[in-house]
Amino acid sequence: MSKLITWLRQRASLQAWLLLLPSALWLFIFFIAPLFIVLVYSFLERGTYGGVVWHFTLENYRRVFDPLYLKTFWRSFYIAVLTTVFTLVLGYPLAYYIATRPQRQRGTWVLGLMIPFWTNFLVRTYAWLTLLRTHTGLINLTLMHLGWIHKPLPLFGNDTAIIIGLVYGWLPDMVLPIYATLERLDRSLLEAAMDLYASGPKVFARVIWPLSLPGVVAGSMLVFIPSLGAFVTPAILGGGKALMIGNIISNQFLAAHDWPFGSALSFVMMAVMLVATLVYFRVTSDEERRQL
Amino acid sequence: MKQRLVLLVSLLVVMGLLLAACGTPKQQATQAPKPAATEAAAQPTKAAQPTQAPQPTEAPKEVQPAKEIVFYNWSEYIDPKVYELFEKETGIKVVEDNFSSNEELLAKLQGGATGYALIVPSDYTVKIMIDQGMLAPLDRDKIPNLKNIAPRFRNVYYDPGNKYCVPYQWGTTGIGYLSDKVKKPESWSVFFDPDPNAPWYGRMTMLDDAREAFAAALVYLGYDINTTDEKQLEEAKQALIRAKAALSGYDSDTYEDLLASGENLIAHGWNGDFLQAMEDNENIAYTIPKEGGVIWVDNVCIPASATPEQKVAAEMFLNFILRPDIGAMISEYNYYATPNKAAEAKLDADFLNDPSVYPPKDVLDKLQFIKPVGKAESLYQRMWDEVKAAP
Repeated sequence: MSKLITWLRQRASLQAWLLLLPSALWLFIFFIAPLFIVLVYSFLERGTYGGVVWHFTLENYRRVFDPLYLKTFWRSFYIAVLTTVFTLVLGYPLAYYIATRPQRQRGTWVLGLMIPFWTNFLVRTYAWLTLLRTHTGLINLTLMHLGWIHKPLPLFGNDTAIIIGLVYGWLPDMVLPIYATLERLDRSLLEAAMDLYASGPKVFARVIWPLSLPGVVAGSMLVFIPSLGAFVTPAILGGGKALMIGNIISNQFLAAHDWPFGSALSFVMMAVMLVATLVYFRVTSDEERRQL
Repeated sequence: MKQRLVLLVSLLVVMGLLLAACGTPKQQATQAPKPAATEAAAQPTKAAQPTQAPQPTEAPKEVQPAKEIVFYNWSEYIDPKVYELFEKETGIKVVEDNFSSNEELLAKLQGGATGYALIVPSDYTVKIMIDQGMLAPLDRDKIPNLKNIAPRFRNVYYDPGNKYCVPYQWGTTGIGYLSDKVKKPESWSVFFDPDPNAPWYGRMTMLDDAREAFAAALVYLGYDINTTDEKQLEEAKQALIRAKAALSGYDSDTYEDLLASGENLIAHGWNGDFLQAMEDNENIAYTIPKEGGVIWVDNVCIPASATPEQKVAAEMFLNFILRPDIGAMISEYNYYATPNKAAEAKLDADFLNDPSVYPPKDVLDKLQFIKPVGKAESLYQRMWDEVKAAP
């Protein structure tokens, strides 16, 4: 036994591989292999009631570019972009506020931000229903009662509802990375800027914002990608009327019995996400370089 | 820094992929007990014999029933007391899991979900499942109470002679409404020719179910609800898109509650669901429009993937729910009509005379069964996608 250990010690790289083995195996069995199955299925023909017929075809990928589905892709993209923008607008000031609290208070603030998210996502989304419902929702009931509006606002079953739900759901994912960069920000840089007579907005635009950019990029990606693939939020708050691509994909499997087409849609979406991620990363790193 | 960013990016991509994969049916992890390892291998697999009906397993005479079985059912479809009584009598625990459409049930089983001892497909789905070899034939000797089934449910088109399934409950698809807020909808035109000035405009739901939604539109247009004619389906699609503008949403799970709360005023749905919701709001009423509607029979069946031990336990349960007292208990709970002739004797005359539960002859004549449409299935689904994606 001890021999084996010394033998292992002498071979550092083997040791590293052994340490890697469990996670690599896990990833292979539960991630790579299923993904490969999805890829294969996307080139096959559908069985009438689910399953696949082993006959090679590119038809599924051709169908993805049917205007019907392209339109839904576009809508999902649009909703995801708006969600990212809104979480950034709401999240940045919050992150800044928390980061500028005295050291001891910050933990409490972060905790306060996280506590609501200990509840299951589905439950929280259903909770929004009681607020957003058109005729029996708390928001509309209150506004009507106060006499501020005479007709209920269209808060449910449309893009507004979906974006409200997504912004709420992903806000901490935007706040936390920005907070992390702002917290580490060197205060003396701000003092230096002000010593050089930079105005408040200028300090923000020239010093704080560029330095917090890695956090903004990380936060935006953390929000954008899950928003693009969202399917619980549109299914519940969209009332089944306003769909995103995630709903179309889940429908292919759970209702339409069209596994190959669902697989093809999934793959195209992954490709879109990958490209978006790479482009985004590329663009911002260039910018960073310029700022530095 | 660069390296860390790369790591971060790859992490995000992985997360995105996982999300994208959400729609993939997963292997269902259920608490089904392990087979006693003796004869489990005798179970036929659907992959091996796709068209041929699975043979009854050649289990030895004494297969011990499983201690626990999983019942894959529609939600709120059985009185939980039935499970308690059954467990008290037999020691077998029944665990319930729910689905919300026939398509979902079919997709889960096709996706390889195992562990279910009992499932509840509707008529047309039973036909599909039998044709696909997904159901295990019943051992009729173990279910003597099958004699309680009313004659007209014995030779149903989808399963002549109840070889695979026990008829569970039957009902109709029509329109529920709040009788204090709107007048009785006489025609499907409330949905398909909506009046933008009506108080119910924007306060209606339709079932989130391609076949049911198309059936409503096809009935309204005077066509066969199982048509495979593309022109007729196109017309139905246009009608559904017109209706969409007047809907607050598509909903198959909570529509009756939304009617009870007053959020919506009119809903397309199943009769018993509305009757259940009357407990919360007595103004809820149910009607079948003059053009007609859908009639359906839900059935309890045993999937071919059940182990012999699960099958034995499942057959005991089937025999149990066919008892007159239990059959009556189920109808009293879910407000759907029972195909169990013997159970009717135990039900209130009020219930048996309720036209919402037992439609009169002239209405019954206007009801149609949804049937499998084979290859046209993809046409229905494609058009349903178009309805869903319409602005």
